[in-house]
Formats: sequence, C-alpha cells, structure tokens
Amino acid sequence: MNIIYIEHIAKIYQVGSEEVHALADVSLNIDKGEYVAIMGPSGSGKSTLMNVLGCLDTPTKGIYNFKNVNVSQMNDNELATIRNKEIGFVFQTFNLLPRSDALHNVELPLIYAGIPSSERKERARLALDHVGLSDRTHHKPNELSGGQRQRVAIARALVTNPSIILADEPTGNLDTKTGEDIMALFNEISDQGNTIILVTHEEYIAEHAARIIRLRDGLIEKDENVTKRFIPKKNGTSKL
Amino acid sequence: MKLFFIEFLEIFTIASRAIRVNKLRSALTTLGIIIGIVAVTTMATAMVGLREAFLSSISTLGSDVLYVSKTPWFAMGDWSQYRNRKDITMDQYERLKDMLTIHEAIAPTKSTFGMNVKRKENSVISTAVYGTTEEFQKTSQIELEEGRFMSEMDVKAARKVCMIGQDIVKELFPNESPVNKEIRINNVPFKVLGVMTKQGSGFLGSFSMDGMIIMPIKAFESLAGESRGRLRIDVKVGDTARLEDSKAEIIAAMRIIRKVPYGKPDDFAVNQQEAFKQMYDQTIGIIALAGIVITALSLFVGAIGIMNIMFVSVTERTKEIGIRKAIGAKTWSILLQFLTESALICLIGGIIGLMISFPLSLIINQFLPTSMPLGVVVLALIISILVGLISGFLPAWKASHLNPVDALRYE
Repeated sequence: MNIIYIEHIAKIYQVGSEEVHALADVSLNIDKGEYVAIMGPSGSGKSTLMNVLGCLDTPTKGIYNFKNVNVSQMNDNELATIRNKEIGFVFQTFNLLPRSDALHNVELPLIYAGIPSSERKERARLALDHVGLSDRTHHKPNELSGGQRQRVAIARALVTNPSIILADEPTGNLDTKTGEDIMALFNEISDQGNTIILVTHEEYIAEHAARIIRLRDGLIEKDENVTKRFIPKKNGTSKL
Repeated sequence: MKLFFIEFLEIFTIASRAIRVNKLRSALTTLGIIIGIVAVTTMATAMVGLREAFLSSISTLGSDVLYVSKTPWFAMGDWSQYRNRKDITMDQYERLKDMLTIHEAIAPTKSTFGMNVKRKENSVISTAVYGTTEEFQKTSQIELEEGRFMSEMDVKAARKVCMIGQDIVKELFPNESPVNKEIRINNVPFKVLGVMTKQGSGFLGSFSMDGMIIMPIKAFESLAGESRGRLRIDVKVGDTARLEDSKAEIIAAMRIIRKVPYGKPDDFAVNQQEAFKQMYDQTIGIIALAGIVITALSLFVGAIGIMNIMFVSVTERTKEIGIRKAIGAKTWSILLQFLTESALICLIGGIIGLMISFPLSLIINQFLPTSMPLGVVVLALIISILVGLISGFLPAWKASHLNPVDALRYE
C-alpha cells in the first residue's frame, strides 16, 4: 500500500531576484513498511524533500498524496494535525524540550492529540520502555547522554503510532558506537513493520536501509534497492 | 471541547513553568504592572474618598432645602450683573413666609466670620457666627448633644443666647459643661443654650457646624451691625419630590415681592445642594479623572514592559516553538500558550498590586472617609488580565505564525 505518493513536485525559493530550485522535479512512491534512506550532498535538496515529506513545508508545484489524501494544498493547522497523527520526527539535534523530563517529552505529541493525562502517561511509559529507558523517565535531557536523548526522541516519535518515522541525520551528533546502537534500534523498529525514512549523507548509515534514494541538484539521481544490507547485531538495549 | 481542556491544562502548566524558570525577569516585569495597579487603585480609592467626603460635608445643606439669596452660589459669566442687585431684607423674608404654601420650615440667616470668642482666659478667634431663627434647626437638621436650641421667644426677644459647635466647646470649656455658661463674643456676653452634636471633619474643614456659633438674628444684627452679612432665606421643602414645585413657587413669590417687571430676569437666586454636586463633578471630578488617566500611564508603561519581555521570550524559545509545531501544536495552541503566560504575569502583578494598595487605602482612610471599593478590586484584576492579553498579543501572534522549518533551524 502506498503511504507516500509524490508526483513532479518542485520547491522554488525566491532569493533576491533569483529563483532557487531546491527541488526541481521529484516523483516517488514509498510503500508501507519500507525502510528508505535519502542521500545526497549538501545543497542536493534532501532537507527540503524531508520538510515536504514531513508536512513541515508545502511544495511550490506538484502533487503530494499522503495515504491517498492530497496534502500539498493544506493549511498550517491541517498540516499540524497530519504531523501529529501520522508522522514521527527524529532530529539530528534531538530537539527535546530542555526543561521537561523524558516522560513529559514523550507525552507531548499526545497532549496535542487531546489524549487524557492518565492514558498519556501510560503510553509514554510504554514507549520509553520500548527504547530501553524505563529507568530514566524523570531525567531531564541534560541529565541524559546523547544516545539516551536520541532514544527519548525515538520514543516520542513512536508514541502516537505514526504511519511514518522521519529521521533527519539521527546519528549526526553521536559517536560511532552510540550511532550504531541507534541504527540497530531503527532496524528493530523497521522489523516491527514501521515505515522509516532516513535522511543522511553517510554511506554506511544509509546502508542500514533497504532502499536508497540519491538526490543531486534537486533531482533524483538514483533510486535503488540495497543488495548488501548492513544488519547490525542486537545489543540488548531494546525490548522491541 | 475536551481536547481544548486537555491542551489548556498543559498550556497553563507551560506558562507557569516559564514564569518560574525566569524568576528575576518575571519579577521585574511584574513590577511594572504592580506599580501601575497600585497607582491606579490608590488614585481611584482616593478620588472616591474625596467625593464621599465632599458629599458628606454638603449633607448639612439638606437635599430638600432651597436657599434664596441675592446671587447664585456658582455664578457663571459676568459677575457685574449680580453686583447691583438689592439685598434681600427681613421684610421680604416675612412676606415670602406668608406667601409660600409648600414648606416645612423657613429661616432667614446671616453669617459672618472672624469674631473673637472668649471664656475666661480661653479664646477662639475667627469663628463663624450665624444669626437666624428657631426654624434653622429644621432647615439645617441640627442635633443637640446637650442643652436646647433657641426658642421662638429667644428669637423674638433678641436674647443674647447661642448654640455652639464642638470645636468651640473643646477650646473654651475643656473641663466643664458649657450649658447656661457665659461666653463673650466680641466682648458682648452671650449665654450658651446648647451644644451641637459633633459632625466630624468635613471636606477640607468647610461647612462643618463644629466651629460654628448660632444666635438669634436680631442679636446677630446688634452684635455685628445690620449691614454685616447678606440675608439668605433657607426654605426646607420637606419632600424632595416637591422641590421643583416649591422652587417655582418661591421664584414667583420673590418676583412679586421684589417687584421684578414682567419679562426681566430674576434679581435673586434659588440655590440648592445639587449645585454643589454639579460644581464638584465639573471641576474636581474632571481633575480626578485626569489624575486617574495620568496614573493609568504607569500601567501603560508596565504593559510595554510586558510586551518587550514577551518578544524576548518568544525569540528565546523559537526552537521550542518549532519543536511543538513539528510535533503537532496548532497555531492557536501556541498563541494561547504565550497569551496565557503574559496574562498570568499581569494577573500576579495585579494581585500583588492590590495587596500593596489595600493597606494604602487604610492609610488614606485616616484622611478621607473611604475604603477600597469592591468594584475597583474586580476592575483592577480584569484590567491586569486585559493588559496581559493586549500586550502579549503581538509577541504571541509572532510565535504562533513562525514557520516550523525556520524555527527548528534556529539556534
């Protein structure tokens, strides 16, 4: 089943008198359960594509159907609802609320979904448990290591049971070892049937995915399935 | 609705946390509102007190009493038109008394200031002395604490008797009852018949009976000379509903008595308490309003402070706003979050302000009969919240309309 269907989308920025085509003409499909990496050098348009896919931004041209609903012309509040219910974000810089503890950070999307407090806390605890942080629920981000912070962010992305998980350079701020742990976690999440879109510029990170889409100058340069997929060994931190 | 409530609880928690985290900043911002609220409520309390004091002091002028005199109390325009009017005479008083059908009491009064009053070695200078008749007790609603008011006989016989106010009692009779004792007014001996009940401090000391001496009008004339003091006729109508009828009757009668030709304006005036109120509201009332407007400026300055801090707060938390929006916060949710924060800061400021201005109102009460009106309290709290909402609106609007992509990228 198609979750993402994109047809000839373009994103054009006006910089002074010049038009910048961040995305020139991109078409792609992503099915349910796929694990896709989007790669490309800086300036290739991968961030813009991620923003469009994540409904943080709308394309200038083209059609974007999310689960057969056209989202390319939605207004800010409609997009907010899609992001809240359908998309889980994992960012390079974690983007946790610094003054809230892990539990509250994971609860946050459920608050905006209007879920009552007791159910919220229950689901947030479960999500933290899934990423192996059940003993860190009341730690604030500055009391957690980088890897733990990213796990909190992943728990926050998972807590709403979204249709896709969108990870933007999730290992960019982590050391190699911790990065591998996080990638192992993504693999497990993928094995559970979740759809993951991973944005990265590191080849070895991209190889965790089953499919790699390479962008250059706002166009898809190559869209291929990974033949020699890198499967990290389990290290026991996850209970997924 | 349920969704809104769940979010609002969260919003309230975020707002109060944001205030707690930046304690010093919040305290300084709140200070602007505190000062504003203290200034406005204290000013309002003082102004209400001032008016109360004024009204209670003119209450000696009965609301159902008409005062016929040569000139109006508050003459507007050219004074010269009043200057050549003839004085009202005792004959005119007698004739008016005969002609009026509506009245409960009618008293001719003359007054003067600056008489010396002595009792043995004690003395009071510059006393207000009233010469009138026994009916003055009714027209001025005088109550006696001790002794009696002068009788019709005292008045007709022009006996050298008087009633004195409490301030005079205090000066001349520190240790004894003044009744039936002798005092000397401008060296003429008078017998004290009664002591008037204490009236308390009036409006800036005026109109109070406490410093007054009342005596028969003929005794007054022989003491002060017939030409001293202009005659005024006080007519107590007895029923405020008939005030206008009575006024019309008095005007008609006085025109006949004073032979005012048909078509010419009155050469006398019928005054009433109402004129004082009007005059108060026209002058002091406007000054009071100006005072409140000026003190409200301090609240305005406080509001600008709030707006400033809220803009800083929004900029500081751009990333947080980006995160919240990415995760699904809607525009109104962010708007409400920042509005709640600024309204809460202002409400806290308002409450602290009231806690300061309430004791201040007790201090003001030492000088003016006032207490902080409940309306002012409620209004102050409403104004605080409104100030928060208004001054927080632009920053909140800015926050809620941030582009999530740009906000997330903000460092």
